[in-house]
Amino acid sequence: MSQIFHRSANTIARVSIFGAVFFVAGLLGLLAEVNRSPWMTDARTAREQPIQFSHERHVAGNGIDCRYCHTSVEDSSFAGIPPTKTCMNCHSEIFSNSPFLEPVRDSFRTGTSIQWTRVHDLPDFVYFNHSIHVNKGVGCTTCHGQVDRMPLMYQQNSLQMEWCLDCHRNPEKYVRPRSAVFSVDYQAPEDQEALGQKLVAEYQIQKLTSCSTCHR
Amino acid sequence: MNSELRRALSRGIAGSEERGQSSSPRTKDTFWRTLDEQAEDPAFQEHLYNEFPSEIEAITDPVARRSFLKLMGASIALAGVTACTKQPAEKIVPYVKQPEELIPGKPLFYATAMTLGGVATGLLVESHEGRPTKIEGNPLHPGSRGATDVFAQAAVLGLYDPDRAQTLTNIGDIRPWAAFIGAMRAALTAQQALKGAGLRILTESVSSPTLAAQIRDVLARYPSAKWHQWDPASRDNARGGAKLAFGEYVEARYDFSQADVILSLDADFLSSGPGALAYARQFAARRNPQDAERMNRLYALESMPSSTGAKADHRLPLKPSQIEGAARAVVAGLRGSAGDDSGLGPAEQKWITALAKDLSAHRGRSLVIAGDQQPPAVHMLAHVINQDLGNEGRTVVYTQTVEAEPTSQVESLRALVADMNAGKVDVLLILGGNPVYTAPVDLAFSAALDKVQLRAHLSLYSDETSQRCQWQIPEAHFLESWSDARAFDGTVSIVQPLIAPLYDGKSIHEVMATLGDRPERSAYEIVRDHWKIGKDDSAWRRWLHDGVMPNTAFGAKAVRFQPNLQHTTPRPEPGIEVSFRNDPSVLDGRFANNGWLQELPKPITRLTWDNAVLVSPATAARLQSRERPATTGGEHGNIISDVVDLKYRGRIVRGTMFTVAGHPDDCATVHLGYGRTRGGHLANGAGFNASSIRTSDALGFGGGAEIALTGQKASLACVQYHHLMEGRGMVRAVTREEYVNDPKSIREGDETPPRIITLYPDMPYQGYKWGMAIDINSCIGCNACVVGCQAENNIPVIGKDQVMRGREMHWLRIDTYYRGAVDNPETFFQPVPCMQCENAPCEVVCPVGATSHSAEGLNDMVYNRCVGTRYCSDNCPYKVRRFNFLLYQDWDTPSLKLGRNPDVTVRSRGVMEKCTYCVQRINAAKIDSEKGNRAVKDGEIKTACEQACPADAIVFGNLNDPSSRVSKLKAEVRNYELLGELNTRPRTTYLGAVRNVNPELGE
Repeated sequence: MSQIFHRSANTIARVSIFGAVFFVAGLLGLLAEVNRSPWMTDARTAREQPIQFSHERHVAGNGIDCRYCHTSVEDSSFAGIPPTKTCMNCHSEIFSNSPFLEPVRDSFRTGTSIQWTRVHDLPDFVYFNHSIHVNKGVGCTTCHGQVDRMPLMYQQNSLQMEWCLDCHRNPEKYVRPRSAVFSVDYQAPEDQEALGQKLVAEYQIQKLTSCSTCHR
Repeated sequence: MNSELRRALSRGIAGSEERGQSSSPRTKDTFWRTLDEQAEDPAFQEHLYNEFPSEIEAITDPVARRSFLKLMGASIALAGVTACTKQPAEKIVPYVKQPEELIPGKPLFYATAMTLGGVATGLLVESHEGRPTKIEGNPLHPGSRGATDVFAQAAVLGLYDPDRAQTLTNIGDIRPWAAFIGAMRAALTAQQALKGAGLRILTESVSSPTLAAQIRDVLARYPSAKWHQWDPASRDNARGGAKLAFGEYVEARYDFSQADVILSLDADFLSSGPGALAYARQFAARRNPQDAERMNRLYALESMPSSTGAKADHRLPLKPSQIEGAARAVVAGLRGSAGDDSGLGPAEQKWITALAKDLSAHRGRSLVIAGDQQPPAVHMLAHVINQDLGNEGRTVVYTQTVEAEPTSQVESLRALVADMNAGKVDVLLILGGNPVYTAPVDLAFSAALDKVQLRAHLSLYSDETSQRCQWQIPEAHFLESWSDARAFDGTVSIVQPLIAPLYDGKSIHEVMATLGDRPERSAYEIVRDHWKIGKDDSAWRRWLHDGVMPNTAFGAKAVRFQPNLQHTTPRPEPGIEVSFRNDPSVLDGRFANNGWLQELPKPITRLTWDNAVLVSPATAARLQSRERPATTGGEHGNIISDVVDLKYRGRIVRGTMFTVAGHPDDCATVHLGYGRTRGGHLANGAGFNASSIRTSDALGFGGGAEIALTGQKASLACVQYHHLMEGRGMVRAVTREEYVNDPKSIREGDETPPRIITLYPDMPYQGYKWGMAIDINSCIGCNACVVGCQAENNIPVIGKDQVMRGREMHWLRIDTYYRGAVDNPETFFQPVPCMQCENAPCEVVCPVGATSHSAEGLNDMVYNRCVGTRYCSDNCPYKVRRFNFLLYQDWDTPSLKLGRNPDVTVRSRGVMEKCTYCVQRINAAKIDSEKGNRAVKDGEIKTACEQACPADAIVFGNLNDPSSRVSKLKAEVRNYELLGELNTRPRTTYLGAVRNVNPELGE
């Protein structure tokens, strides 16, 4: 009886068994990368907004402090989205007839809120608190990137758990003096490691990695 | 293996053998949970050990096994797919003009008050961006002192109830408010000539000074109009008793901090009635065995076992009608006269004699309280005993009444019905309440109501009464309206709204205003005008901030004591006595559509979603009836019981029978508030309507009833059968004498394995180390903590069917244990949250790391990681983990979304959940303290259960701080660990109970 399989079938079988391991590993690796990619995390993607508000214009151009609009960042978990009134403080005088700002005036006239699209959106089971981070020396730009160079707002980082944990495990890599938290042009010094360790001790920064720190 | 470890191990093994032998014979000291357990029924024992009987059947059935495997395969294949969702874009919506005091993301607290039976409890309501989410007690308010009852805790759900009346209607047509005002104008014009002879106003009990002034103003304008009151939660008998004793209506206010010996005449003063929260705190503060000399002693004469009876050092079960005779026997005993027509047996006589002796040894330091369903004569006798003992001015103070217009409400209602039947009533405004459902059946209220031309009903729900009125006005919830109300001591609180009316509801003040000159006035203007608030409203702002108006409590009132001792209540007819009570959860039915309250296990019976004909085990045996836990079709908790016909005064009601240990024989207790027909989705169809046999001459109880088995069976959902103890000793209890002689006696039989026998890593717990101590001696089993936990932690309601399968979701349960004979056992309450074990059995078995140990010793539960294997629950010796079997949370109803706590995840199906020690509160306090560069202060973090507790039985704090309250409690000898022999090292520990037994009566 002749052989059903050619001799090469042996090699093919070995290669395919061996290859399958790599194939599966590669597939898993690909999945992990896709999951980290901006396609999944929406990082570095500008969102459609009802008003083409430019952080670059307001922060870099006009030199407005973060806290002028995001008022509750030092007190609350939520940094705060400015009410229409905050916009109108200036825009009742400046560009008060600009058609570009009609949605703002309309909101103020009718009393209906402007519906922004959320850019930094954590999952519902994550409880992030802005106030404790800025009080412990985490700068705005550390997480939000160079907001002063963003004509349209986008999310700088993945906001995935590994990204959070990177700092929670090694805060000395990222913290800065409290006085520089709201500075948009702060540059980490050469000896960040040394400064970080000093600040971690001074601000009593803990390496909180218990699940209930963020999940509850 | 070192020698110490080997020695310890051998000790441990030997210990377990000894335990195995000693636990088998049932002694008088054995604690038990259910009657079946007590009776040592072999079938029940077997059932007990088959933890999941329904699954056992499923596995042995070959077809079901195959489909089970198929489903398992499919679910494993699909498990990964669910994670592949991309988060959708969300909107973020700022204010147009942000309110001044509001910091987005931080809650604000506002003081307000809730009334029940006209009596206010001061509250602090947590508001997130204008949405009330959680209610706490107001520490400044005398009726709360920071604590709350179940009704206040559940009020948030009542506010957001989607079944509330939402539109103003006239004969079914939606009409504007102006149309109602117009209709009232027309009716009043016609009444003008008659001086209002055809105008009637029916309210519940009124303590609001503003409302009383408004009503009196209308009565002055229409002198022939009449004001009637009917409030089933009110206290006609107490009023009648005051009249008998003092010739006028007075309020008795008690001071338990001065009372050494207390006698309850069927009174559940710890968990119901005016001032219950304040009384419970005062009472519990005097139960500390550390200060044994100051321990009070409570005697309870009662019919239906209550929380108060459970706390009593001596409890004597009597039929409701026998209480009066017993009270007379106490009077006779105190006065040294012979009164032996009480119909009591020799054992009871001995009890009364010892009680009288104890009372007379504590003149001026004793206290007697009569229960609201006992007739006026018993209340009078309570006043007599208090006067005889010289308690007035010490433990009892008489004041003017909290109610603006005290009256005999049943007579008031009777007069209204007579007028309606006589055709004298043209216009009837029913402001609150549901008299068609709650009125005594013999008055035939609803038939009389139909004879009135113009009927209007102000109500939260379109209920049985609304259905029979042309005008249905949706009522503004107390969290939506302005008003004012008096506390049990007379202190006035302003009721301020937390949210604009969701459904354009009207407050009672606004409806009353339609009878006046300025019908469109808002409640805000009306209340402010009443208190004469002008431009300078700094005082008003202070009242709103504090939640109390200073110096408005009533002072003591001089009373003329002239009791009519000849007055006796007629003896009831022979036969079974029926006692009518407001339900401990839904009261008179006003909370029947509140899922939190419906699913709340009632104290003692631990029934949910139902009322029942409650009888003693002996009576049930005589009727040849017995309930049994179902052995098929469900897990523990499905109690199959006989359906009976309760025949009483020519009327019949059909209900399910349930036996209660400690209930007196030959009488039945039925709870009102069930059997609703138009109460809402949850209320309708639950239980039976006990009001349908209740008559106006015997509102509390009556004799001559019969109970007949119908041969049918029905299911009751009783959680007492869940999480059974299987012979393990969960409660420690000794008498005061034993404790004083040897405090260690309370820990007898305890064994704590040495710390080295463990494979768990030793955690350092630097920084905070959270722990909790629960004092069983203080706990009154009122359930406030359970509802508080539910409100704080977004815990879903699952319904009767799921409760019968043992799936209730309460993170905190109150286990009830008994000791002694079934006819009058000792009762103990034990709240059981997650123990937060240091050596947690749950953590090591989780395959996905969804539950893990935090640096502060909490057993963190990560919902987003949980895949629902349930291994953790299986391995938990305390059974405190709850699995979300189905999609229990309502994800769709818009109004319910408003009430959720935004700081706690809303859990989905297939996820394990459990008590977290309110980690959201811990984190908030830690963040707050770290911003201030300080440590968290003791008492700064209060868990939701601790905060609600009126008895201060739950204390939470940092165990690394030796001066914290919880550390001090844990250092007490009474402190013990639940199942400490398992070496789980629970962070939640218990303080054993100490009963202050009268040596003359013994145990």
